[in-house]
Amino acid sequence: MATKTISGVEVQVNEEGFMTNPSEWTKEIAAEIAKEEGIEALTDAHWKVIDFCRANAATTGAAPTLRGITNGAGVSTKDLFALFPKGPAKKVAKISGLGKPEGCV
Amino acid sequence: MSEENRKIAFICSKGNLDMVYPALVMGWAALGNGIDVTLFFTFWGMDMINKARIDHLEVPPIANTSMKMNMMGVPGYVGIPQIFGIIPGMTAFASALMKSKMKKIEVPTVREYMEMLVDAGANMYACKMSVDMFGLKKEDFIDGVKDIVTAGDFMDMTEGAQIIFI
Repeated sequence: MATKTISGVEVQVNEEGFMTNPSEWTKEIAAEIAKEEGIEALTDAHWKVIDFCRANAATTGAAPTLRGITNGAGVSTKDLFALFPKGPAKKVAKISGLGKPEGCV
Repeated sequence: MSEENRKIAFICSKGNLDMVYPALVMGWAALGNGIDVTLFFTFWGMDMINKARIDHLEVPPIANTSMKMNMMGVPGYVGIPQIFGIIPGMTAFASALMKSKMKKIEVPTVREYMEMLVDAGANMYACKMSVDMFGLKKEDFIDGVKDIVTAGDFMDMTEGAQIIFI
């Protein structure tokens, strides 16, 4: 298992750069990963999505799918793709310190 | 030189329920992974964008050798005699069964899936020859269908794309 230093903290990551231990995640780490993914600043709208994913994963054990996010967090598909452009499925999960979403929808 | 974004184009030529979902599922997955997606609807595939047809797509048991009675809870893989398939109502029955199974695992309906794809930025076009042949107009299509284009236009707009024919 590889490790990576994000925002001054050493965390465990897999070969694709997804954090493997959600408890190592902090808001500072999220902001740092977001920058790497091309999102300069995380707004309240971003946090609404990230907070939902964290809470959802804490109960289900896996990152929610995109439709899980739009239905669960009350964010429209359009907004979700605007907030996390070019591939929200992986981006949201990565920034939230979770693995890739399991499920097709 | 900047790296070009990956592009996938789906040619949707069928209107049977089981042939409609692959492009929807893969298109949605592609968009979620940051891939540019184009959908081109031709022949029976135009049912996917036809306002009057989109909510009424079906799957016939006739000539479908993979459809077995286990769909109805009969254990094993007991076949459905083809002759039963011609009984009026069998196609509606099979379609309702498949739709209920998909609903159970929270698969969106075709209409909802199409809206998701449009909202996520998929480019959708109808085939000019098919539109002329079936006597359709742009107003007959759901919102999100950008234009009616020729096969040549499609070739131009999918340069460098991976093309999947369904």
